[in-house]
Amino acid sequence: MGSRPRYAHRDIPGTTIFDGVQAQKGYALNKMCYSFNSAENRAAFVADEEAYCKKYGLNAEQRTAIKERDVLGLIAAGGNVYYLAKFAGIFGLSVQDLGALQTGMSVEAFKQKLLDAAK
Amino acid sequence: MAKILGAVTTSHVPAIGNAIAKGLQDDPYWKPFFKGWEGVHQWLAQTKPDVAVVVYNDHGLQFFLDKLPTFAVGAAPEYRNADEGWGLPTLPPYRGNTDLSWHMIESLVADEFDITTCQEMVVDHAFTLPLKLMWPALDACPVATVPVAVNTVQHPLPTPTRCYKFGRALGRAIASYPEDLKVVLLGTGGLSHQLDGPRAGFINKAFDALCMEKLVGDPEALTRYSIDDLVEQAGTQGVEVINWLIARAALGGTVREVHRNYHIPISNTASGIMVLANAA
Repeated sequence: MGSRPRYAHRDIPGTTIFDGVQAQKGYALNKMCYSFNSAENRAAFVADEEAYCKKYGLNAEQRTAIKERDVLGLIAAGGNVYYLAKFAGIFGLSVQDLGALQTGMSVEAFKQKLLDAAK
Repeated sequence: MAKILGAVTTSHVPAIGNAIAKGLQDDPYWKPFFKGWEGVHQWLAQTKPDVAVVVYNDHGLQFFLDKLPTFAVGAAPEYRNADEGWGLPTLPPYRGNTDLSWHMIESLVADEFDITTCQEMVVDHAFTLPLKLMWPALDACPVATVPVAVNTVQHPLPTPTRCYKFGRALGRAIASYPEDLKVVLLGTGGLSHQLDGPRAGFINKAFDALCMEKLVGDPEALTRYSIDDLVEQAGTQGVEVINWLIARAALGGTVREVHRNYHIPISNTASGIMVLANAA
């Protein structure tokens, strides 16, 4: 897997910057999610998730995170949120659902947090 | 000669597309956002642009991570929208202007910006939704378009300083086009938001206000921030404000603020809408 970039990013709590390290680590995973731009590919994934993950060469960590719908796990495994959103789209999940899953809040509480940001 | 009328800057979240498809413009959640477009519509009715140069970022429709240009300029006769995987209705095709595109490409490269030239290009919600919001009553977009895609997805991203200089070069490229065309710049994305990680849902009202204020009178001030500063202050996706900076930098020195709207939240995002008119 990729070496540390020469220019390390600032440590921002709760944040993974999608840089060269993440892009290398997550390449297969993001490539699979990129394929979900096509309805035919989305249907093929739903028909046989395991086979579809295998076809794209996902590693064990990525396959487990896909299977468990573990968004934080997918990010740790190199997933980029724009590509992960295409995966989430298969199940009709919005970015607010993703936000709730990542923060451990209910969707209602997460939406309230966003409304509260206006204050 | 071509004339840059001004810039329209706006958020571009996909949820806007669903709200339009479902006719939710008067829904209490969405109304403050859609009402915020009335000032834009008035300005467009007065100024009647011929062309929109749209500075946006692709979210994995046209570009994958196999080959990802930092700056890419469209040079196609037509740009199509397509399935992005999250259920948005596909909008009608957009007319290009290949003569203007190639002029801009020639000028940018001569100006030392080695952009990627795209003779075929599909355009995603970050391009289509702002145009739909500008002309909501029309089925098809009434102006010719030139897409300018900026990498805000995979770091390293272009620095704000580089974006400012790119915007200045974009302005020179458009203004030196010999045909009498009225051009509007669009800068789409932002304002503060973060979709990923335990910090998802991060919004920073004070920083958004500062960005909008500086964009009007002192856009160069935003070049003092690094990309990491922007991630920290505006969120991982809030860095899209560099698209606003590019559009603003294309206008030149003095602009008049015609319209501003700010609303929290639409989807996970703080929404900002501005119209900045170029000094004549």
